[in-house]
Order: sequence, then C-alpha cells, then structure tokens
Amino acid sequence: MSEYQIYSVNGPVVKVTGGRGLAMMDMVYAGNEQLIGEVVGVEGDMTTVQVYEDTTGLAPGQPVVTTGSPMSLMLGPGLLGNIFDGIARPLKDLEAISGPFLGRGVNIPALDLKKQWEVEITVQEGDEVKPGTLYAQCQETAAILHRCLVPAGVSGTVTRAVQSGAYTVEDVLVEVTDPRGKVTQLKLSSRCTIRKARPIAQRLPIHRPLITGQRILDTLFPIGKGGAAAIPGPFGAGKTMTQHQLAKWSDADIIVYLGCGERGNEMTQALEEFSQLKDPRNGLPLMNRTILIANTSNMPVAAREASVYTGMTIAEYYRDMGYHVALMADSTSRWAEALREISGRLEEMPAEEGFPAYLASRLAEFYERAGYVETLEGKEGSVTVIGAVSPQGGDFSEPVTQNTKRFVRCFWALDRSLAYARHFPSINWLNSYSEYTVDFKDWYSENVSPDFAPCRQRIANLLREESQLMEIVKLIGSDILPESQKLIMETARLIRLGFLQQNSYHPMDTYVPLKKQLLMMQMILRLYDGVKEGIDRSIPLSQYTATGVFDAVVKMKYEVPNEDLSKFDDYAALIDRALEQVNTANS
Amino acid sequence: MRLEYTGLSDLNGSLVALEGVSGVSYDEMAELVMEDGSHRYGRVILIEGDKAVLQVFEGTQGISLENTSTHFTGRPMDIALSKEMLGRVFDGAGRPIDGLGELYPDERRNINGSAINPVSRQYPRSCIYTGVSAIDGTSTLIRGQKLPIFSGAGMAHNELAAQMVRQARVAGDDGEFAIVFAAMGVKNDVAEFFRRNFEESGALPRVAMFLNLASDPIIERILTPRCALTAAEYLAFNHGYHVLVVMTDMTSYCEAVREFSSSKGEIPSRKGFPAYLYSDLASLYERAGMIVGKQGSVTQVPILTMPNDDITHPIPDLTGYITEGQIVLDRNMDQSGVYPPINILSSLSRLMKDGIGEGYTRADHPSLSNQLFASYSKVQDARSLASVIGEDELSPLDQKYLRFGRAFEQYFVCQGQQEDRSLEQTLELGWALLTILPRGELDRISDKELDEHYKEGAFETLGEL
Repeated sequence: MSEYQIYSVNGPVVKVTGGRGLAMMDMVYAGNEQLIGEVVGVEGDMTTVQVYEDTTGLAPGQPVVTTGSPMSLMLGPGLLGNIFDGIARPLKDLEAISGPFLGRGVNIPALDLKKQWEVEITVQEGDEVKPGTLYAQCQETAAILHRCLVPAGVSGTVTRAVQSGAYTVEDVLVEVTDPRGKVTQLKLSSRCTIRKARPIAQRLPIHRPLITGQRILDTLFPIGKGGAAAIPGPFGAGKTMTQHQLAKWSDADIIVYLGCGERGNEMTQALEEFSQLKDPRNGLPLMNRTILIANTSNMPVAAREASVYTGMTIAEYYRDMGYHVALMADSTSRWAEALREISGRLEEMPAEEGFPAYLASRLAEFYERAGYVETLEGKEGSVTVIGAVSPQGGDFSEPVTQNTKRFVRCFWALDRSLAYARHFPSINWLNSYSEYTVDFKDWYSENVSPDFAPCRQRIANLLREESQLMEIVKLIGSDILPESQKLIMETARLIRLGFLQQNSYHPMDTYVPLKKQLLMMQMILRLYDGVKEGIDRSIPLSQYTATGVFDAVVKMKYEVPNEDLSKFDDYAALIDRALEQVNTANS
Repeated sequence: MRLEYTGLSDLNGSLVALEGVSGVSYDEMAELVMEDGSHRYGRVILIEGDKAVLQVFEGTQGISLENTSTHFTGRPMDIALSKEMLGRVFDGAGRPIDGLGELYPDERRNINGSAINPVSRQYPRSCIYTGVSAIDGTSTLIRGQKLPIFSGAGMAHNELAAQMVRQARVAGDDGEFAIVFAAMGVKNDVAEFFRRNFEESGALPRVAMFLNLASDPIIERILTPRCALTAAEYLAFNHGYHVLVVMTDMTSYCEAVREFSSSKGEIPSRKGFPAYLYSDLASLYERAGMIVGKQGSVTQVPILTMPNDDITHPIPDLTGYITEGQIVLDRNMDQSGVYPPINILSSLSRLMKDGIGEGYTRADHPSLSNQLFASYSKVQDARSLASVIGEDELSPLDQKYLRFGRAFEQYFVCQGQQEDRSLEQTLELGWALLTILPRGELDRISDKELDEHYKEGAFETLGEL
C-alpha cells in the first residue's frame, strides 16, 4: 500500500497527501489505473501533481506511487523511424494494446526490449574511459550509425566488456569502475531526464547554413545549422506545409518532427509521406532519419507541455553522437497555451493575456537548447530548432510571437494575403529576416560561388523597390510609371512567380539545389540588365515583353532538371536572342 | 445498495457542492432527485477530500440546500447507442424526445470519447461531391474531413448546409450515408427548417437529431455535440456508415462553455473565454476522421456565426486552427444577392490537394482551381484600383479582370438552392470563365493543359452549357 493518496482532482491537476517525500518534478503513477504524472508543486503535506492523461475516474483515497526520479526518457537504438506520443510511448505499440482509440494507464517503454541489435563493442577491459568515450555502436538504420557514449559523470576503468555480437537494449555491455570503486553498468540504452539540457564540451559559432532546398529560405533568409527560427502565421497560411517541406528536404542528418497540439490527420500524413519519399542524398526512405512525436490537439494537454522537452532531449541525444539534427516544433503556441491552461488550474497569477509570467523564460530555455556544439566526445554536432507559431487572430503582437522573436535569429513571417493568392511558400519577403545572412557570406562564396551574395542582394533590392512602387501603383495605376520603373515591376513579378513561388507538389520544384538557385537568379538578372540597357537607349519595355522572354524565364523552374543544369545555357542564349532581336529592330 | 446524500452544502449558478461524500470519482455522473420526484443530472467537476462539486445540466432553478437527494452513479456520462438511433430525435443530453420510447441499446459509451491514435488514422482522400461549384471546384470536401462554415447572423449558412447534406454523394458509391444533426442553442425555426428539409428529401430515416434549442438549459449544450459525435463514431466505426455530422451553432456552444467556466470562477483569457477553449474545441473537431481497416467515416460540417462578422474573434480563430480549412460566407456577396455567398479567397480545404486530380476527380482539377484562385485574387487588386481612379481609367487588362471577377461570382459561385451541378459542369464552367482572360495571364497552368482546355471564346457560348 502506497503512503501517498489522492486528495483532490481538478482536471489534470491532482493534489496528493500522505507525506513529505515527494520531490519537485518527480514522476509518479496516480490512481488505480496508474496514470503518469509529474510533481509540479509542494506545499507542506500537500503535493500538486500534473497528470498526463485524462483523469476521469480518479477519486480521493486512490494510491499514488512515485518513481523517485524526474521525468526521464529511455534512449537507445529503435527511436528512428518511429512515432511517439508526448511522453515517448510508441504509438504503434499503444495501438496493439488499446486499439484505434488511445487507452489510459498504458505504461510501455519507448524502445523494443526484445529486439536484438548487432553491436560492435569498441572498448576493452582495462581501457580508461571518460564522459564521451565511445563504448559501443550499432547500425540503427541503413544511414545512421547509433553510437553509445559514456554519459556525463561516469569515468574510470573498464572492468568488464562483452564481445561484439547481438544484444538487446537492456543487456549490460560494459562495466566501468571509478577510482573509488563504484561500478557503473552501461547498456545499449540509457535514461535521461527531459527538462535539462544534455552536457556538451563547448558551444561553437554557427558558421554554415542548413540547406533546405527552398529558394526563398536558402537565398533570402537562410538558417544556420544550430540556429533557431520561428515561423509565425495565421491559420491557412501554410505553417505545417513549410515545416513538412523542411523535414523532407533539409540536409540535416536526423529530423525530429514534433506535432504539438495540431491535427491528427497531419501526423498521419507525415507518417505516410515520409515513409514513401526518398532522401535525395542516399535514396533511402525519409522515415529512416525521422522521429515523429505526436500530441494531437485532442490528446491530454499536460503531455503537450512535456512533448517539446521529449523532442528536444531526443534531438540532443543524437547531436551528442556527432549528427546534425533539426527539430521541427509545430506549433509552439499550443505548447504555450498548455502552459497557460495548467497555470490556470494551479491558480497562478496570470501575466499578459492570461499566459503565466514565466512564459518568456520557458521559451528562452527551449530555444537556447539549439546550438552548434563540440560534443563531449570532441565531434561537431548541432540541433537546429524551427518552431511554428500560431498567433491568435494572425496578430503578431501577441505574447508568444513577441517573446519568441527575442530568442530566434531567423523569422519567417507567413502572410495570409499571399496564401489567399495561392503564392506558396507564403513567406512575406518584407517582414521576414535572418540575422545569419551576413555570417554565411563566406560560406556561400566558398561553397557555391562568389557571385551568390551579390546576386542575393540585388534580388532583395528589386523586391524592396517593387514594394515602394506598389504604393504609387495602388493609387494611380502602373501606366504612368517611367519605363525603368516598369522594368523593376516586371522583373519583381518575374522574381515572385519564377523564383519565390515554389511548387511543393512538383517533383522537380519541391527541392532545388543551391547551384540551381544561383543560376536562376543569374538568369533573371541577366534579363534585367539586358533590358535595362535597351531602356536607357529609349526602347520601350513592351517591345521586350512582346517577345515572350519574361514568360519563358518564369517557367524555367519547371524546365531545367536539378541534375542537369546545362540547360541554363539554353536560357542564356534565349535571353540574348530576344534582347538582340529587339535591339536590332530599333537600331 | 443505493447510497443517497440528502441536501447540499452550497449552490452557485449551475454548480452545487456536497460535503461528506466518499467513493466519488472525477467526471462521474450523479442523479439529483427533487422533492416532487423529478430527476436532474449532474457531473462531478471537482473533488477535494470529502467535498464534491457537481455541474447540474438542467440548471439549479428551484433547488435549495435541503430539497434534493443525490445519488452517484459510479460511471462517467454515457449514452445508449444503437443502430435504431437513425430516424430518431433526442434532446441535448441524448434522451429521446420524439415520444417513440426509450432506445434498446447495443452498448453504452462515455460521451467524451477518446483520441484516435494517429497511427490508426487513415489519411482521407476520397472526395464528397456536394453539387455546389464553389465547394466542389475550389474547396473540395473530403470524406473524414472537418470543414466548418464561417457565417454571420442572417446569412444563408443553414440553406447551404442543407443543400450540401441533400446533394452529398461520393464517387463510386461504396457505402451508405447517415446524417447526425446537432443543434446547439439554435432557434426553433432553424431546427424545424432542417427537419423539414430532411423530410422533403426523404433523408429523415437516415438522420439522428440531437436538439438543444435556444430555450433549453445551457449546460446541456456542452453535452450535445459530444452525444452527437459519440453516436456518429458508433454508426461509422461499428456499422460502416459514412456519417456527415452537421453541428450548429458552434458560437452558442462556446458561449455555453464560457458561461460555465465563469461560474466556476476560472481565470478568463481572450474575450472572457476560458484558456482551454482550444483544447475543448479540439476534443470535438478531432473526432472526425477515418480509421485504417474500418469502412465508415465521420465528416464534420460545423457551422458558426462569427460575432460581428469578425474572423479574428476567438471562436472562428481557434476553430480555423483546428479544422482542416473553412468555408467563409461573405456579407457583401450576400447583400448583392449571390447564393451561396461564399468568399472564395478566404475559403480553403486543406485536404483537397490530396483528394483531387488524376485518379480522384479529374486531372485538370488542381491547376484549374489554383488558377481560379490566383486570377480572382488579382480581381481584388483591380477593384481597389478602380475604386480610386475609376473603372474607365483602368488598363485593358485590368478591365478584363473586372469582367472576369463579375462573371466568376455571377456564374460560378452563384447557383440555385436546388441546383445540383456535376463536377464536369463545374470544371467546364471554370475553364470557360478563364477564357475571359488572355492566355498569357494564366501562369498556373501548363501549356499542355491550356492546349487541351483553353478554348478561345468559350465564355461567349456559355449559354449553351
């Protein structure tokens, strides 16, 4: 019989009496059904527990059992390719136990305990090990080698090591004895608390972009490996679509996709699509490098609060192996609302719009766990965080958007009016920004071309000039503009339709390599420069548009295959021909 | 042994408190017997030691601290389910009110339901034709989708919903339709309008109605959609029906939630609605869907009236974040006599992209609808320019856009309440309208498709369609 008992129940908040032994953040099992919960407050003999499942049926007097340790995750091979709920229970196994509707009080481990992994042991008896030493590795999926490292706080001599061979995640592989004689057993799996960042050797500056294959992002608003970005947007603007595109095509080694308080069908779709799509770099199914975490909007709200930490901890775990991990959180607003809801039940004093006063510090904690680091082992790894934000009423001045803005260096503002015009990705190029643009200048000129940064700047300028001209056009129409400004309008239209708009359903356009992005920009500018010359010699713009060259360049994104960029030579020739044709007619 | 507690310790709004109870669990149902022998029902919403707080569905009118005795049933709120629900009428808490007697239940189920495991969901792909061009053509309804109608007081949302229900059919008929109708706080006229409509179209034997009218107890309103959805899930996943759930009016529902929340003394968030309104609405909307290996489906068409036509009001705003798109009705269109007054640009069906095109509807459907959106959005620019400089001063191209915009609203969006257009008709109409614009303006369609469908002058011969 447990010494702790339920005293009161109010939604997911349960108060427990019976002693003073419960520690803050300890994980507990509440009630006859053993629902998972976490201690969130202690006041004398009364302990407050937040329960991660529906509390129907809990009654005063039912027992509460503590695990004696904070909320933690089982980490090890088998996470990749799988889908979990907010507290890392594998949903496929839950389905096998409770059917298509989620049951309660089902406590199952994140990993398959029976599966045998082919493990290579990399230490011998007598070896000295310290935190970060590799002691075992196994091929988790065809592309990802799972590397088991000695955890922080453990060092000493290996006193026992098994032979390489097939083992389960629970088998003891290595025993380490420290100078005081304390023995630590190391297995294929380990446990890690979720609310604290995993230790690293040091942070390194962010110096290279995460290549996404999305033109507007890579070219105009790049994000760094280890950086943090926010995607705010009203409903229907395409947040989830953008997140999916990034999950599919960005060049991270591992993707953790966190569906936090969003639609069930979207998770099903992600699961389906990622299993079918092939990774462009190695031809393997994308699901092989993906971990999905789903807390859909109708799943318990307390688990939503935990889900972002679950996702982050898994991301850090793979980072520590030396991988570049991208964490997509869709949507952080739902997480903030979960904080608000629980805060309300705990009767805390609300701050702005009912959100708790610690909203900003929680957001900061979360985004600061992103970073490009040197791991304990001495390798480089990174966690990139891309958080969607769903502002109420599409109003960016609300607290979650504003606080998020302070902690990210990359802001991709989605725009409802662009979405209405079916301009996708509907990222507004005037409101968005990336502070990394300057940092990556050198990287782009070394790895793509020295011409990349200047081209990018010219494209951005043209778009800005267009928006200024738009103000005039809205008042008096475009007819009275001088020819050179008409050209700016026409070129900006070309940039919007031919470059910024990207069709995620088109097999070729859904992902575009950097080299092609550069060539597209160069074609657009080549045309602009050529026509500009003619206009300076008083040839009207209409003569150039009449050749159809602008319309042809708009369609180049669908015509030049990603693998064979030589077709751009044809476009260069086409542009030159059109220019010459008009110029000769006027000479 | 039947344990009853006599009297209450506290009364506040629709809430009553009892002290000295034992063995009561959270969310349990309770039965209150009044002095005159009548029954009321309540649910445990808070328990603290030996004190339990009940929410009384029928309201606390006439209850004093001494004139009731309370019995706890030991189980959460559930309703009786049976295939015989079709053709019947229930009150907001799922009790029959059509005088045909009690239901003989196959099973009883907790009305809160539980979340569908995302792994067990089947991604919805088959389209439901409604015969309404503005929906089939540009915001297609998919089986298993939740697609709300955002309307305002006085607009034709009821007529539109009734027309959708009446004309709904699926390609390659492979299952029976059933309709679950949940009325929350609507006027008697509205409920009667739907009933008559179902009757006239011969659908009544396939409809289960849950009615909580404007004059019915407010707390019961919170139960109404849950009862209806539990019935819908049962019909869909136990009996293989394709269930179309029409819920009206979600605004009244949300207001009931607000009233209940404030009576509990909870901290309000935006416009006084509780912070958990999002989770609460999600627990309803997310019950739409399909399940792998089950034949049926639950499709939701919730209707909500936007207070003051404001789409950023918390109710439409939170709804839009949960549902898979929205159909927005527009006051201007309504006033200019367009029925259905659907605002094409702000309407959206998120699942449409995967349920149309080659193999689903017609190969040219995606690019056509994409082009219609893009062109119609340019019409808005031309209109705002025209309002400044006058229509005559517009460039010839902008004038064409104006003409396209008018024709689009007049022929494509506008249609009769009894007019049932096939998808073919809708798509051909769309292509004909695009011919008003020069071919070079159609940048969302490939040349191949243009060659096939763009017939110069097709609009002028539209009369023959």
